[in-house]
Amino acid sequence: MLRRLASLPVVLLCVVTITFFLMRLSPGGPFDSERKLPAAIEKQLLAKYKLDGTLLEQYSGYLKDLLHGDLRLSTKYRNRSVNEILAQTLPVTLTLGATALLIAITAGVWLGAFAAARPGTVGEGGALAAMLLAISLPSFVLGPLLILIFSIKLAWLPVGGWGTPIQLLLPAVTLAIPYAAVIARLLHDSLRETLAEDFVRTARAKGLTERAVVYRHALRVAILPVVSYLGPLAANLLTGSIVVETIFHIPGAGGFFVNSILNRDGFLLGGVVIVYCVLLMLFNLLVDLSYRFLDRRIRE
Amino acid sequence: MMKTFTGSAKVAALVLAGMGLLVLAGPLVLPDSHRLPSPLTYAAPSIAHPCGTDMNGRDLLLRIMEGGRISLLVGICGAAISLFIGTAYGLIAGSAGRGTDNAMMRLVDVLYSVPRLIFILIFINAFNERLQLAANSQGWEWLVGSSRLVILILSLGVIEWLTMARIVRGQTLTLRERSYVAAARVLGEGYWTILRKHILPNLAGIILVYLTLAIPSVIIDEAFLSFLGLGVQPPQSSWGSLLAEGAASINPLKGAWWMLLFPSLALLSTLLALYSLGDAMRRSLSSKNH
Repeated sequence: MLRRLASLPVVLLCVVTITFFLMRLSPGGPFDSERKLPAAIEKQLLAKYKLDGTLLEQYSGYLKDLLHGDLRLSTKYRNRSVNEILAQTLPVTLTLGATALLIAITAGVWLGAFAAARPGTVGEGGALAAMLLAISLPSFVLGPLLILIFSIKLAWLPVGGWGTPIQLLLPAVTLAIPYAAVIARLLHDSLRETLAEDFVRTARAKGLTERAVVYRHALRVAILPVVSYLGPLAANLLTGSIVVETIFHIPGAGGFFVNSILNRDGFLLGGVVIVYCVLLMLFNLLVDLSYRFLDRRIRE
Repeated sequence: MMKTFTGSAKVAALVLAGMGLLVLAGPLVLPDSHRLPSPLTYAAPSIAHPCGTDMNGRDLLLRIMEGGRISLLVGICGAAISLFIGTAYGLIAGSAGRGTDNAMMRLVDVLYSVPRLIFILIFINAFNERLQLAANSQGWEWLVGSSRLVILILSLGVIEWLTMARIVRGQTLTLRERSYVAAARVLGEGYWTILRKHILPNLAGIILVYLTLAIPSVIIDEAFLSFLGLGVQPPQSSWGSLLAEGAASINPLKGAWWMLLFPSLALLSTLLALYSLGDAMRRSLSSKNH
């Protein structure tokens, strides 16, 4: 565990380095426009945004600023720092992501257990078919279709925007559905395996109902693959939220990320990526800890 | 084995064959006028235009078929690259001993939990201009028009190999312990010979299954990038960029639902067919092994 903890800064340094050199790789600078700026002004601009000096100097300067928690200034949204922009947009993205995570886990576990408890029935077949369909429905297909149905044809839900819980519903569901299906399949497969084990036979022999066997005994063991999927899931949700925020016009960090690529807004881009990676690493650490805890408890 | 291969898998194979035929032959059959802008903008589906027309009056069916060429091309080539990397990585990790194996699989774990697509996104957009400049100065004209497509295929192949590596490594670990491999080792065959002659042929089935499952993943990734306007660029289009146009043309004022529905159906049916075919193959393979 301590080794995991020690490897975090190394991974983070790799992420920062890769991001920095990727964003400095493109030949154009952020101030290249149709009109050529006078040399003196350009020099001043470069100095203000700390883009002067050799690449190595810029890199070490950036690392130093990052260590002080300074993500620098955005070159597009003049006079706003990346810290400010992220402070405003990150809570939005995190709310969306956390809601989607909750929906994906709840719906996925329920559907997976539902299917596994009914082997060979129409119920299981239907649930498996629904999972396959949901996995094939990426958010950029599902989102616009849901808007077309629920917001335009039926006019039940708002088309987009942010601020009220009702506006959160459609985007969170859009983001969650494919991953709920992945969780459901993982749980279904591992439950079917667990239900064939000896301790389940013992539980059945005790005269417990099938419900109690599945939900109280087998589920505790079978949930482990789902727990270890939570890390990749969080990464997928953060990536997916970029597209969901675009579809539903949500003012989150994802929209700024896309714009920062188009605008060559290097420090904003770097800021979003670095903050995303830090969040994911912390989340992964948490998942790892809880996995070990659950695993040990089961072994005992 | 035959029982699992009837029913849904057959339907899936038929859907894929039909989609392939449509995408390859369709654009040759339709008249050239369908390709050009016309005054008939946002026309609802009719006999002349079964899927309607887009904002420039171009036939949507033709655009879906041409977009499908790009989407499927990216999917197949990207998956082939990921297959190559994943198989090599998994083979080495599974056969090189504990220390190497641990380190290599730890890297896979880390990569799994990093938003890979985000890095690829930055990479494509940063590297594309470099490649364009190089292509222009070297006079490689074929590359100038499709540099983005080439980068897209390469980079998506580079991020989708993780699952393949895990599966191949797991399988290699069990194959390594088989008696015929031990026999080959006793007979003095070298490390690479054993990998090539005894282990790789036995991996062929599982590699084929995960290739089928990798294609839809790459297609989804490509559509994701193109949906955001950061993947395939006009005049080329893919199902992802058609979907982006579709999403932009639905609002209460102009309800051009066909712009969204038909690209969605094309993408959805292809993904569904590939996933169910891969699933059926996986199930038949695991029931054969047991």
